[in-house]
Amino acid sequence: MIFGRTERGKPPVEPVTLKILVAGGFGVGKTTLVGAVSEIRPLRTEELLTEAGRPVDDTSGVEGKHTTTVAMDFGRITLRDDLVLYLFGTPGQERFWFMWDELSEGSLGAVVLADTRRLEDCFAALDYFERRSIPFVVGVNCFEGADRYPVDAVRQALDLDEDVPLMLCDARDRASVKEILIEVVQHAMEYGAKRRQSVTS
Amino acid sequence: MSRDGQGRGHWFDDEAGPVVRPYAMTRGRTTSAAQHRLDLIAVVIAESQADDSETDQTLSPEHVDIVGLCRDAPQSVAELAAELDLPIGVIRVLIGDLVDGELVHVSRPVPPAELVDESILRDVITGLRAL
Repeated sequence: MIFGRTERGKPPVEPVTLKILVAGGFGVGKTTLVGAVSEIRPLRTEELLTEAGRPVDDTSGVEGKHTTTVAMDFGRITLRDDLVLYLFGTPGQERFWFMWDELSEGSLGAVVLADTRRLEDCFAALDYFERRSIPFVVGVNCFEGADRYPVDAVRQALDLDEDVPLMLCDARDRASVKEILIEVVQHAMEYGAKRRQSVTS
Repeated sequence: MSRDGQGRGHWFDDEAGPVVRPYAMTRGRTTSAAQHRLDLIAVVIAESQADDSETDQTLSPEHVDIVGLCRDAPQSVAELAAELDLPIGVIRVLIGDLVDGELVHVSRPVPPAELVDESILRDVITGLRAL
């Protein structure tokens, strides 16, 4: 199973755990992204809101989506016996924002997923990570049936800082998601290095 | 309490929700004395003397479940909550009890200040590439 299961009596490996957040608007594909790379089926609590949430949650433009994420979805990637990465999907609706602070504390960085049909849905997430100086990467999820825009146009529409990476992705595709996650970690490294520089200079 | 068990032969069904209110399992407590804000990815590890937790009369079935799962392999707080289908808040209180009773200990996740440690980040990148 997971982290180096051991014989009884022997002390088990105590892994170092890290987390990356996956944020973005409702129905943008956060759980899909987590599921694409996780070694466990992401924990889902979204069935609960299937019917009851319909009058509240605005699904116009994303009619294909019938459920919403109430708490959080998470997945796990065991990188080594002693190194485990967790991916947490942040709650999509603003009424669950109280969970964000707790989720973002101690996180390595974040992916903000954007849908070009409803770009404004990710503004809140961008603001959140910018204000808290959490390194993040924007992934534009390329939905079938959605218009494709040049990367620069999307970047402009989001008013992103120059150093924030933006990439086109497919949240269903494992290789694509892997790339995004690597980008997050690389960005976090550069971000950390820059911060140290500005502290010492 | 399994979903299947609730459904059949009873006047209530799944839509009634859990039959026991979640915080009944913590006897109404929403925090525990020993509770040092457990992070969702903090790892819970069973102590070696926790082997006879099944016979410990002071423990609730949920306590015993947690110890059992952690004895198989260390578990994160989020995974325990998912596995036992309990709210994070309830799991935190129960883990606090077990820490008090020295049946488990909790290893903290890497503190944010150390996150910029490049060697860890490099290891993560290497690991992701190898997936």
